[in-house]
Amino acid sequence: MTKIKSLADLKKMKSELQSQVALREKSETPEGRVLIRVGMGTSGIASGAKQIMEFLIDELEKRNIDAIVSQTGDMGYSYAEPTVEVTLPKQEPIVFGDVDQKKADDIIEKYIKNGELLDGIIPANYETIDKK
Amino acid sequence: MAKYKMHMLVCGGTGCHASEGQMLFENLKKEVQDNNLENDVQVIATGCFGFCEKGPIVKVIPDNTFYVSVEPKDAKEIVAEHALKGRAVKRLLYFDPVRKEQIPDSKHMGFYKKQLRIALRNCGMIDPENINEYLAADGYEAMGKVLLEMTPEEAIKEVMDSGLRGRGGGGFPTGLKWQIASKNHADQKYVVCNADEGDPGAFMDRSILEGDPHTVLEAMVINGYAIGATKGLIYIRAEYPLAIHRLKIAIDQAREYGLLGTDILGSGFDFDVEIRYGAGAFVCGEETALIHSMEGERGEPTFKPPFPAQSGYLGKPTNVNNVETYANIPVIITKGAKWFSSIGTEKSKGTKVFALAGKINNVGLIEVPMGITLREVIFEIGGGIQGGKKFKAVQTGGPSGGCLTEKHLDTPIDFDNLLSVGSMMGSGGMIVMDEDDCMVAVAKFYLEFTVEESCGKCSPCRIGNKRLHEQLDIISKGNATEKDLDNLRNLSNVIKDTSLCGLGQTSPNPVLSTMDNFWDEYLAHVNEKRCPSGVCKDLIRYEVIAENCVGCTACARNCPVNCISGERKQLHVIDQALCIKCNACLEKCKFNAIAVI
Repeated sequence: MTKIKSLADLKKMKSELQSQVALREKSETPEGRVLIRVGMGTSGIASGAKQIMEFLIDELEKRNIDAIVSQTGDMGYSYAEPTVEVTLPKQEPIVFGDVDQKKADDIIEKYIKNGELLDGIIPANYETIDKK
Repeated sequence: MAKYKMHMLVCGGTGCHASEGQMLFENLKKEVQDNNLENDVQVIATGCFGFCEKGPIVKVIPDNTFYVSVEPKDAKEIVAEHALKGRAVKRLLYFDPVRKEQIPDSKHMGFYKKQLRIALRNCGMIDPENINEYLAADGYEAMGKVLLEMTPEEAIKEVMDSGLRGRGGGGFPTGLKWQIASKNHADQKYVVCNADEGDPGAFMDRSILEGDPHTVLEAMVINGYAIGATKGLIYIRAEYPLAIHRLKIAIDQAREYGLLGTDILGSGFDFDVEIRYGAGAFVCGEETALIHSMEGERGEPTFKPPFPAQSGYLGKPTNVNNVETYANIPVIITKGAKWFSSIGTEKSKGTKVFALAGKINNVGLIEVPMGITLREVIFEIGGGIQGGKKFKAVQTGGPSGGCLTEKHLDTPIDFDNLLSVGSMMGSGGMIVMDEDDCMVAVAKFYLEFTVEESCGKCSPCRIGNKRLHEQLDIISKGNATEKDLDNLRNLSNVIKDTSLCGLGQTSPNPVLSTMDNFWDEYLAHVNEKRCPSGVCKDLIRYEVIAENCVGCTACARNCPVNCISGERKQLHVIDQALCIKCNACLEKCKFNAIAVI
């Protein structure tokens, strides 16, 4: 890894990284990639998030779905762990709570393949600092 | 297969469920089917929207139309108008009492502004083990701005003007703390991140370190530059292995990018961070005890002054801040003190992260602007009390805080208001209790904790708390008199006034606040030898209700001490002398024939 030597370097790197993220999230093609985030804080892992993440990675590959699965921190929904956030191309992220293997399978088959929602999604009820 | 064009989200939370939400859900499904729309419109039940007051809620996407107080009979109109004709049903839209107009979609509703994520901004949004994701989310930009464009004085002024106060419990103004440390001259100064989160039920610091470790590193560099320190230490308890693991990764990545180390971003400023492990003692959250523990001494507090800002780690000026405090710093620098101070109340600026726990539906972490009421937190964001039971009290501030009751529900939450009603902000744990919780038992629980965690250095805390716990035990066994209650109060006040550090000075708070707010319950234990909530084992007994008992023998078969006798299809009897009050019979009885008296 190269060192970041100045503020200009840092800003340049940020805009490159941001455009990579934008490319991945707001892909123009309808077949754009699906972005999946698994909440992997202590409470998530204790409720089985690791197994769900592995299941998602394996199954998405087996079923030929082009998706990025990444881990993230605690989303704050301890009552509904494990939590999985799915962002379909050009759509708003949806958070699924209480994801077991069966639900993870439903997420792939029903939501990712058909855009069909599942019972028990968690409505976002917070504001981010970007909007303020 | 057809893809749905529209989704109708029906709230499946307990609040909405209680107001016919389930019937509404079924009616909507039926209407969709009757209109042959099942391939276009999907009706699903969701988790709680947190807007229970106006339930049941129906949200239609993709247009985000938000219907409130929807009755089962409205299903027909919603499907006919909205799904078929594409027109919103105006009469069911939310009417904003402030703006005096109907709000067509959820994005414009004030309700969704209840939570604002500043400290938690990246938690659950970025991969904590990938520095690139943090950089893409404006990471280390605040650090760059401070190191290259601001003087240390300007950085301190920015933090001071923001009005940020320490989030670890005490609420001391962060900017002032930095200023004091900056004015003390020494060859070496230290910046310490206090990650010794010890309040039972609070886990915001752990979540920040697990979800966004770089934000803490960034803030520590800023802190170091502001006070003239080149070394940072993170004091974290060894029982947070995942947080430690991610911190280590973050530190390595930041070093590789040159964001920690020498000549950071070409500014000429050097700073590096080390991790120090704590063994999980509550008292080590107190800054002087924490510093001693890092020095390899016993984790015991010492008298202040001298403050750590004068003589801290290895006798050098040291600035100690909590994890959540640090998580606010980069945002204050990038967005400005003015922006930050526009959020919150007059003396408490910004937001606070709370860990909701206990008998509440949506257990979890929330971040809300200061000044929000307990009612909004518990009943709207928290989704109310589990099982539809009655709210009794909420304990804020952990073992140092107090219990707040129904009459405090509309008090705006900030540092000063909580102190004035006999509790404190603490690190932000909120344990919600319902009608089944006994307040004497709650006070006893917290005292048990403080007795265990007292370091033993000063006698008021070491001996006083032990005696407090014994007194509470006597009360819960029904052996106390009213005189004992007076003693309890006196002893509490003495411990508060004479203890060396914050632990002892606040440990009687749970006793005092429960006595203030639930005096009747104490009196019932003392005078009537009765526990109104049926919790204190020595004051309750289990009885068989003769008219309900069918003689199924379930209780007798499950009793671990075989104290229930009775023939099949005959009335059963509990032998009180042998009963250990384990509650097994009550749980197994299907006929409501066992009662706690």
